Amino acid sequence: MSTLDVVTDASVVAKRNLIKIKRVPDLLVFTTLSPIMFVLLFAYVFGGAIDPTGGGAAYREFLIAGIFAQTVVFGATNTGAGLADDVKKGIIDRFRSLPMAPSAVLTGRTLSDVVNNVLVLVVMSITGLIVGWRINTGPLEALWGFVLLLIFAYAISWIMAWLGLLIPSPEVINNASFIVIFPLTFVANTFVPLDTLPGPLRVFAEWNPVSAVTQAARELFGNPDPNPMSAASLAWPLQHPQLYTLIWAVAVVAVFAPLASWQYRRAASR
Amino acid sequence: MNTPDVAIEVAGLVKRYGEVTALDGVDLQVPRGTVLGLLGPNGAGKTTIVRILTTLLQPDAGRAVIDGVDVLAEPREVRRRLGLSGQYAAVDEYLTGFENLDMIGRLYHLGRRRSRERARELLEQFSLTDAGDRPTRTYSGGMRRRLDLAGALVAHPPVLFLDEPTTGLDPRSRTEMWGVIQQLVAGGTTLLLTTQYLEEADVLADDIVVIDHGRAIARGTADQLKAQIGGERLELTVSDEGRLDEAARLVTPLGVAPPVTDEHRRSLTMPVSGGVKALRQALDLLESEALEVDDAGVRRPTLDDVFLTLTGSTTEESP
Repeated sequence: MSTLDVVTDASVVAKRNLIKIKRVPDLLVFTTLSPIMFVLLFAYVFGGAIDPTGGGAAYREFLIAGIFAQTVVFGATNTGAGLADDVKKGIIDRFRSLPMAPSAVLTGRTLSDVVNNVLVLVVMSITGLIVGWRINTGPLEALWGFVLLLIFAYAISWIMAWLGLLIPSPEVINNASFIVIFPLTFVANTFVPLDTLPGPLRVFAEWNPVSAVTQAARELFGNPDPNPMSAASLAWPLQHPQLYTLIWAVAVVAVFAPLASWQYRRAASR
Repeated sequence: MNTPDVAIEVAGLVKRYGEVTALDGVDLQVPRGTVLGLLGPNGAGKTTIVRILTTLLQPDAGRAVIDGVDVLAEPREVRRRLGLSGQYAAVDEYLTGFENLDMIGRLYHLGRRRSRERARELLEQFSLTDAGDRPTRTYSGGMRRRLDLAGALVAHPPVLFLDEPTTGLDPRSRTEMWGVIQQLVAGGTTLLLTTQYLEEADVLADDIVVIDHGRAIARGTADQLKAQIGGERLELTVSDEGRLDEAARLVTPLGVAPPVTDEHRRSLTMPVSGGVKALRQALDLLESEALEVDDAGVRRPTLDDVFLTLTGSTTEESP
């Protein structure tokens, strides 16, 4: 199997997944509508109550990177649900009986989910701009901020890929991942400044990689924390959020890509 | 073991799932260009055999060689030589028929141009040209099965595995599917087919192996097997439950094997060779003894009869 075959096979599989987005446009509409709804809900319903400075504009600027992080993490469940569906329908069996690169199904899947996330981020950025979010840095820094979010989401995709092959039921995957993803994305600096959290939760939030990727994105977009008091007592991950995010991403892929590949080789329909 | 005229060779295949033994030492030989039918009830181990031979599952013991290539040692080389169509149609419902086949061609590394040509050829061959550019979720069950089978043929594999290709199809689609399979076989493809229907194995297979509890319990041509289990069945239902045994005694000389009685249904079943003639004789005999009959008939053997004869238990009684 040549390297070229590995790349071609992965792109064939990714193309197949992307055709689904084209054929079922409702899917993209709803995956982007819910984040838009989140932006509006948090900005205007909770915004005034959460923002200690009382001015909604500052909170909206703070909020957007958090919603980006939350959305791309939620988006990773698509990877798991999609694979679970493929196992259930016997499509994984067909792939496994073909002389293709075994890695292609998983890399194709996770890569097409990156494309999905790019589309979602574009829609959300536009919504953000409408409600008053601004990028206050240069284009390269901003781009790196988006790329960092995508890298982080890509890593989470591999956890979901493993789960999707382990538990081949799309419904169970959706429900099970919510149990993990809700605390991960809410016990973090995504929607509230960290110093509002009580002791143990705060420690969890400080070391939560979702906080780090959010913090990194805020720095790279130039969206300051409206409550600068917290900056003095930041934990190590939040002082080096880009590095911490990358360490997590690499570690997660290093653990879950082999696990998912192993599970793929034994995946059985029914 | 690398006999050039043997396309599929299986020896001592064993597969266990914890305490359960799914396959208990299965041996198979399929000469090139012939069709082997694996016949058995649900859970007999047919699908497990197919999954092992198509590299989807690792056996606990045994050897399998397909087209001269060892399945366990060189799975990727084996995948180049086989086509698989599963129990349910593994087609992507969001892709069109053309896109499904084109994707499979690309994954067999036929190249972009050849994959497209092949996809069009197969759509034509399976009468799906008109539906070729529609997403397959608009297809009927029969169309999906045909597309799935077409998918197995993309790379002209010398060996083809069809796992219950007609289960769940209506009678018309089933007959259509049989026609398609017969055409393929006429082209020289070696085929291993699993089925729950004796009739299907009869129509399509050169040789039949009957599988039960992970073991091959009988093998031969359809005619040999039918001779072994007796051809047609005489079925009688008597009015008076108390006289069922008497009826059984009376008709015994007409059968090729002793009758089996079912007290609950007041009925008896017996393999006969003479068909309608045996039925008339039986009715005359019972009438002369004033034994009233509610229902009588001759029917072809079913898988249940095969099991009844070979194992002494019906498929429903198998755990």
